[in-house]
Amino acid sequence: MNPTATSIERSGTTVKIDASGVYYRDLNTVLREVVTGDVERIDLVNICGQRYIGTDLGREVEINIHGTPGNDLGAFMDGPRINVYGNAQDGCGNTMNEGEIVIHGHAGDITGFSMRGGKIFIRDNVGYRVGIHMKQYLSKVPSLVIGGTAQDFLGEYMAGGILVVLGLNLRAGETHKANFIGTGMHAGVMYIRGSVERHQLGKEVGIVELNAQDRENLDLLVAEFANHFGYDAKEILAGDFIKLLPLSLRPYGRLYAY
Amino acid sequence: MLKTYLPARFIVERNASRCIQCQVCVRQCGFDVHYYDEEDDEVRARDERCVACHRCVVFCPTNALTIRKNPLDYRENFNWRGEAIEDIIKQSETGGILLTGMGNDKSYPIYWDKLVLNASQVTNPSIDPLREPMELRTYLGRRPDKVEVDWETGKLNTRLTPLVPLEVPVMFSAISYGAISLNVHESLARAASEAGTLWNTGEGGLHKKLYKYGSNTIVQVASGRFGVHPGYLDAARVVEIKIGQGAKPGIGGHLPGEKVSAEVAATRMIPMGTDALSPAPHHDIYSIEDLSQLIYALKEATNYTKPVSVKIAAVHNAAAIASGIVRAGADIVAIDGIRGATGAAPKIIRDNVGIPIELALASVDQRLREEGIRNQASVVVAGGIRNSADVVKAIALGADAVYIGTAALISIGCHVCQACYTGRCSWGIATTDSYLAKRINPDIASHRLVNLLRAWSHEIKEMLGGMGVNALESLRGNRLHLRGVGLTDTELEILGVRMAGS
Repeated sequence: MNPTATSIERSGTTVKIDASGVYYRDLNTVLREVVTGDVERIDLVNICGQRYIGTDLGREVEINIHGTPGNDLGAFMDGPRINVYGNAQDGCGNTMNEGEIVIHGHAGDITGFSMRGGKIFIRDNVGYRVGIHMKQYLSKVPSLVIGGTAQDFLGEYMAGGILVVLGLNLRAGETHKANFIGTGMHAGVMYIRGSVERHQLGKEVGIVELNAQDRENLDLLVAEFANHFGYDAKEILAGDFIKLLPLSLRPYGRLYAY
Repeated sequence: MLKTYLPARFIVERNASRCIQCQVCVRQCGFDVHYYDEEDDEVRARDERCVACHRCVVFCPTNALTIRKNPLDYRENFNWRGEAIEDIIKQSETGGILLTGMGNDKSYPIYWDKLVLNASQVTNPSIDPLREPMELRTYLGRRPDKVEVDWETGKLNTRLTPLVPLEVPVMFSAISYGAISLNVHESLARAASEAGTLWNTGEGGLHKKLYKYGSNTIVQVASGRFGVHPGYLDAARVVEIKIGQGAKPGIGGHLPGEKVSAEVAATRMIPMGTDALSPAPHHDIYSIEDLSQLIYALKEATNYTKPVSVKIAAVHNAAAIASGIVRAGADIVAIDGIRGATGAAPKIIRDNVGIPIELALASVDQRLREEGIRNQASVVVAGGIRNSADVVKAIALGADAVYIGTAALISIGCHVCQACYTGRCSWGIATTDSYLAKRINPDIASHRLVNLLRAWSHEIKEMLGGMGVNALESLRGNRLHLRGVGLTDTELEILGVRMAGS
């Protein structure tokens, strides 16, 4: 479809774009053009599977997505704040650098893969391999908060950042089902509300008690999460949390003969 | 500690009548081989630590040193040769995966040495490159299937894709900062800028100091995504997705924590002292469709201004994989053969996995032609290219350009001792230790690299002129300029060349 056919309504610093039937490349071209102006808020309606929304926009701007964005939402993203009123697909926040993604629904596999900055909040569940290889450096500490539960390989090869799983939609007596949690993890921290059995963890991970710093991290992130989705932060924080830490910064140090 | 059963591999011979006890060797050796015995006022050697890098030999002011292979003979046994015995001893003492550096050192056939080039005699005059213009310029990137022009306005209707010019079809292979020092990265970057070619960051990020060489830089995006952020992608001329590497197809990489210094940490954007683990697969790539998704993620992130390359190791199904890569949207396919080198890889993988680059190149080029998609991507090959004749043969077999890694490092001092994985490189190349790394002076090293490319350019022009060809483009994929010697029918068929004399 020709990008000029995209319906764009402007009012002040808000832009509304109807994306029905618009090819992702044309949509992203329009978004690049739009952010060169003084726009502060972009409402995208009728989004249906368009990939890479939020990529290459390079500044702070609010993007509200109505519909289901496609894979790699916010890949390499550097600044925008995205709200999705619906579910996200795979690769949400892939190698994201800065900004925020808030999903009012579920997100798919490899959410937050290799993210190195910014925050992602998911109201419900996520798929497999979420938070893999998250990293951190000095003040750049990415956070990923999942309201529901996650599938296998959560936080695999994690190399930094904070990953929180709240388990809010688990029924009474139901537990997290993910296996191989934190396999190969060598930095960063995971907080899980509710319990996981030792056999669900990768062998590089240990379970420890939360300390004051952990509580401070959690208070802040859970407060933001509750604010986004209308939960009571105190109620969430009253639950039992465990903290998962890597046992070594060098899990494979003894693997080789020098 | 138990005494090792390993014999010394090399013997340090010191000519006593020449040695002046100046201790240059003591200071130059990264492996603590030489030491000064104060009581006896004599410099001595711990032979068992020597890797034969020849740093001491070159720097000894009185030429008092030489290194010999330990002549120690095992009982003759073709199966149980020294290497097989010593590997077992080492593993029995450590319980670890044997590490090694550089490329495969086994005696697999080197097909470059079985291919000979043509020259003009009488019927088609040769060209003298000293008098006549000779074109080596190469453009990397995707060419459209057809070009549509609006004849009324004279404007192009076809959306063109970015192409990158190379003045010489030789680029510097991916070697990460961490595997080599920052001074080496700077030397490669400066040499590439001066010679009009590209260098490749490898997967360890791009140091802030080197952003100014961005227009001659290929930045890598590998499974570890180290140092990958929008600024890094924006700085580059080409973005390369690293799937595999010839020295270690199918496996990831571990940069040990002790090599992650403050500067390496800042460039990779990970905490100092942690292992930098690159997983074997990209966790977002499990299929050609997923690869396509990452290719277009990178194109979106750079607004379609840069070609995206995909680098794979040469493996059995390279031709089919390359076809998938081109169809996934890659603008460049880079293939690294079994002799491709590394800073560290399990020896068992380096020595046994992958196929020779000559065969992979011939089959990939053939396959892409048969499918009518050869124009959609440039083909770059790597893995053991030693001289300008290898480059010319690669281009005649169908490559657009080549990568050199080991040859580039040799030009700045490397003696291919294969001890890169120790991080103790006496030549200051494969190390992040500041005492060793300052041995590479980017002023001198970049000059040596430019010299190498200049020499090869002249030689390539001589060979082209001899064939009666005045542009490299005319040789590309022109296998009639090659003939095989000592090859079987099957080998000739796969290489797509005829037997010499036919």
